[in-house]
Formats: sequence, C-alpha cells, structure tokens
Amino acid sequence: MDLLKFVTAGSVDDGKSTLIGRLLYDTKTIFEDTLEQVKMSSERRGDVHTNLALVTDGLRAEREQGITIDVAYRYFATPKRKFILADTPGHIQYTRNMVTGASNADLAIIMVDARNGVVEQTKRHSFIVSLLGIRHAVVAINKMDLMGYDEAVFERIKQEFMDLTTRISIPDLRFVPMSALDGDNVVDRSANMPWYNGSTLLHILETVQVSSDHNFIDSRFPVQYVIRPMSNEYHDYRGYAGRVAGGIFRPGDEVVVLPSGFSTKIKAIDSYNGPLQEAFPPMSVTLILEDNIDISRGDMIVKPNNQPDTSQDVDAMICWLGDRPMQPNGKYLLMHANADARCMVKDVIYKMDINTLHRIEDDKAINMNDIGRVRLRTTRPLFKDAYTKNRITGSLILIEEGTNNTVAACMIL
Amino acid sequence: MSYRLSHLKQLESESIYVIREVAAQFEKPVLLFSGGKDSIVVLHLAIKAFYPAKLPFPIMHVDTGHNFPETIAFRDQLVEKLGVKLIVASVQESIDKGRAVEEKGINASRNAIQAVTLMDAIDQYKFDCALGGARRDEEKARAKERFFSHRDEFGQWDPKNQRPELWNIFNGKKNFGEHFRAFPISNWTELDVWQYLKEEGVSLPSLYFAHKRQVIQRNGVFLAMTDFLETATHEIPEERLIRFRTIGDATCTGAWESAADTIDAIVEEIAATRLTERASRADDKRSESSMEDRKKQGYF
Repeated sequence: MDLLKFVTAGSVDDGKSTLIGRLLYDTKTIFEDTLEQVKMSSERRGDVHTNLALVTDGLRAEREQGITIDVAYRYFATPKRKFILADTPGHIQYTRNMVTGASNADLAIIMVDARNGVVEQTKRHSFIVSLLGIRHAVVAINKMDLMGYDEAVFERIKQEFMDLTTRISIPDLRFVPMSALDGDNVVDRSANMPWYNGSTLLHILETVQVSSDHNFIDSRFPVQYVIRPMSNEYHDYRGYAGRVAGGIFRPGDEVVVLPSGFSTKIKAIDSYNGPLQEAFPPMSVTLILEDNIDISRGDMIVKPNNQPDTSQDVDAMICWLGDRPMQPNGKYLLMHANADARCMVKDVIYKMDINTLHRIEDDKAINMNDIGRVRLRTTRPLFKDAYTKNRITGSLILIEEGTNNTVAACMIL
Repeated sequence: MSYRLSHLKQLESESIYVIREVAAQFEKPVLLFSGGKDSIVVLHLAIKAFYPAKLPFPIMHVDTGHNFPETIAFRDQLVEKLGVKLIVASVQESIDKGRAVEEKGINASRNAIQAVTLMDAIDQYKFDCALGGARRDEEKARAKERFFSHRDEFGQWDPKNQRPELWNIFNGKKNFGEHFRAFPISNWTELDVWQYLKEEGVSLPSLYFAHKRQVIQRNGVFLAMTDFLETATHEIPEERLIRFRTIGDATCTGAWESAADTIDAIVEEIAATRLTERASRADDKRSESSMEDRKKQGYF
C-alpha cells in the first residue's frame, strides 16, 4: 500500500470543512468517541447540526472563534491507499499556512463555490499550488445542489478556471462537480448529475499516480550526518547518512563530492537490515565510499556527468512568512539541503499581486503573506537545482537572526 | 518503474531523517522512553538511523513511580540488550523535594506533574532536544504539532505562534535556555505503529497482549488494580480478559477488553476498531482542552 499526501485549499464558506468531514466520515475514519465529543461540543455551542468542522479544529482558540488558525494533519485510509491530509486555513491572512501545508503535498484540492465561480481566493490558491510545484490538482466545484445540479454551471466554471492556466501551471488538473453536504461525487457517484462521467473525488485520490513525481534522473545525495562508530569492530567505518534527494545510487557508481570536487566510487549502500543494491528517493540510507575523503554535513554526493548548479547567487520566488517585513538588503540565516549559510537579500525583482496574478514592479515592500521574486547572495556556494526540477535541492528557508523564526520559504528558479 | 516504497517504508525513511537531523543539529539530545509502543518504535528507528554506531544520545524514562512491573522489567531488559544509556528521572523525587505537589483524591494521577520532573531533568542534564513518540493522529492538539517543536525557557508550547515547517527543512535554531521537542513519528497512525512492529518483529511488553487481570470500572474505563489505585467502596474489583492499548502511569492507563494475544490479532483488532486509543486514557477525559493545556505547561 502506498501513501498520498494532499492539501485542501478553500475558505470555510466553500464547504472545505464539510468536505473533510465527509471524507473522514464516509471512509469511517471518525472514531465514535471523537464524534461523541464533537456532538457534545456542537450542542454546547448551540449549533443546529453536528458541526464536523470541530473535528479538525484542534486548538481552544480555533473552537472559540470557529476558524482554523494553523495547519492540522488528518490521517485516513481506504483499502487502496493511506492518506495524509494537510488541512489549511482559508482566510487571506493565513496564506503562509497554506504554503506550509502545500510544501509536502503531492496533490491539492481547490474548492470552488458553484454559486460564485472562480473568485480571487481561487486564483490565490491555484497560484500557490502551482508555485509549490504540486503537479496534481482537483478543482472541486461544490454546492452543485444549490445550482440545480446544472451541467452548464459546471462547464462555465471549468472554462473560467482554464482561463487561469495561461498564468499558472498545474500539469494534471481535474474537475469534479459535487455537493459535499450530501456526499454527491465525494465517495459515491451522484445520482443527481448523470451527465458527469468522470471519477468521484475519492476515486481520484485513490488512483492518481504520484510516485513518478520524484526525480529519478538527477542524482543528488545531501550528506546529513557522518556515522563513525569509533568501535573496535568498525574501526575504519565512515558512513555518510542522508536521504536520497534525486536519482538512483548503486554500489560501483562513480560519484563526485561537492564542494571538494573529489571523485570516488560507491563501495556499498548500508542499512540496518543489510547492504542494499540501490537507493532512490525518498530512502534514508548510508553510503560507504571507496576512498577516504573529508566529507561533512551539508556536502553533496552527485554523479560526475550530472551536477547541480553551484553558486552564491540565488534567484528565487519567495513567500514571506514572518511578522516583520523583509528588510531591504537584510541579512538572514539560510537552510538548504542539510546545509546552513547566511545570505543577503540583494534585490526584489517584483512582487506578485496574487489576486490578479500580475507583477507589481513599483512597490517592492515584502510583508507577511507576500510572494515575490528576489535575488539572494549567499556566504558560501549552494548546490542547487531549479525547484521545478527537484523540490528538495530547489527549496530553502530564511531564518531571522535574533528570534530564530522561520521567516521565508524560497523556491529556486 | 518499480521505484516505489510502501507506506511503512516511507514513514520509516521520514522518521530516520528526523532523528538524524536531531543528532546533527543539537548538542545534547535525549530520547524520552516510557516503555510504551510508540517510544519503542522511536528507539528502534533511532538504532537503525545510526547503525552500526551506538546511539549518540541517552534515553530517559520519566518515572511516575506508578508503574506496571512488566514495563520496568521490559525497559531494563531492552536497555541491556541494546547497550544504550538510561537515565531515570523520578516523579517521586520531585514530590519529595517539594518541586511538585501530588494530586489528591480518588482520581489523583501523576500524569500532569511528570512535566515538572521532565523540565527539571532537561535543566539538570542541559538537554537541548527531547525526542518523543507523540503522534498527530492521537489527539486534536497533537494534530497541530511540528516535527521540531520549539519550547521557550519555561518549557512552554505556544500553539498559536509555531514556526512554519516547510518541506523537509527543520529549523532547530534557538536561544540559550530554550529547547526543542522532536517528534519523529508525527505522521504515523496507531495502525501504522502496529503494522511496523509486526513487520520488524520488535518485542513488546506483555501488557499489550490479552491477559486476565483484576480491574475496576470507572467512568467507562477499566482500571487495573494496583497498589497505587485508590478505590471507592462501591468499586468492586473483577477479573476480565483485557489488554492495554497504551501504557503510561498505571493509575490512568485504561485497559481494554480484548482477546488479542498475538501481534497479528492486535493488528486486526486495531484495523477494525471504532474507538481511539485515547478513549481509554483517563487523563484525556478531563476536558476538551486537557492535552493542549498540559502541553502548554511543558508536557510532551
């Protein structure tokens, strides 16, 4: 059985919580004692129906205010697959949480209210999905019951959305007309929309192919930790532990170690369960090399004929997460592929108006939730790829000195 | 292409990555070990992460003194077999020194004051990161946890102001006096844990398997008769065939009627159950926000 990580985007009014409640309920994932607790809370609050949103709102402040503040993770399974759902807040001011939830997702569900069609919120969510490199998206056109299950409404909204794709890129895009409240086309096919011949939402989630989304071509092994047992039994043992970020490694492969540039061969791939014949993403393994080279955390093991871009200049899309605005020419700590560095923001090329998807070039102040394009200069070279090529070697975060807060997510161009 | 990992292998790889990241980013980590299945999984993963080297950090048991003898026997055996360093932080000592005040009455539990002992031990040994076996599917406040969870100098969790955690980049930067909690099996469900224990052939305390035991029934939870449990006169002990779904302080760990006496039977039982494992925890039944409140005060 494999695993699908997905993220939901949409405001409370689009019926996102209802949809999640429906998915969990129809896959029999809401446990009886949890449901009992939710029923009791709903009654105490005076809600008319059992409020399934209370299943997902974990913090007291969230329950009190009836909004979702932070990403919550939900787990469910069907006989076909296990699912990890990042449930992200829909409010505009929580764009940063959607970015956080989307960073590890293979698929996104973008909720659209059939009564309103494509609105600014839809554009913002779709842009973030595209920016974070999520290749599969399901546009859930919800509340079809309130529009008389009309095929023309569905087709019109689908066309509105397709018009966006001139500015955003999502390779695998699907549209499902549904009513989350009644469960139409969520788990079971809708009898109300016989004109729809596509899959139900759950069927898409169960069958979408995501394993090929890993990069199996460009071999990248960021060294995370050096294993030196210092015991008599393993006197000269030096293992380079890490998680394969791209490509396939096999014993005997010629490799180059960055930044030193030394060449050697893979002697063995080690694991607790014994030596391995190959290692590929996202496996955590230990590489043993033929030659004794000085290698430490943050170095990268790659193949001689396929190396990452090595540079101190980084062009990237940035999403600002910090409370305090980005400082022009500010200095920040940077983490990238198990390596630490410092950097300076040299330039803001433009800022995105994510509601219109236009570039703003006359206002370059980057505040919380803003997305823009920046140029960074780092204190030491990064071994990097474009984010579109590799989500691990193509991503980095900025950390504010002093508070140590994570203040920005960057996708390398 | 057949380059796919099963969900258990994916979860294992992610957890090993997190554990190695802790060892790389912190100077003095410690692994919290309760003798329960989740900490057994984390310890097993940690051994795998550094193989063939020894564990680069000690393990610590925050001992409430209200233990099932089976848990302690299991713990000591495992420590000896793996050759890891064990620290025992005693809640009884915290009480004796006046650092913590014991709850009174019939529902008294040492669960909440464990936080005092834990914080004191972190301070005493200068630990800068404590690895734990908490999972996001356990409880709604835990569903909001990060893999790397920042704690201020008072050990407090600030759930409304957590650091964003993107991709597989974990920010363990901190100021002096602060520390982190790290949760490598955040993304595992109870069923994943059991399937993994089965697949890996990991041994477990006998308490997890069905056995006959004297219990009383209180607030819909079966509690085992131990020396530490105060009972009311109307609470008559009876023998039942039970097993434990979670193992913690003996006074608030509920037993579960079950005939599952093998790991295969347990996996089947968990796959079919309609109740969460926390349903048998008396400590979580106190209020809707009891976990959130305890976590804010330094509970793990």
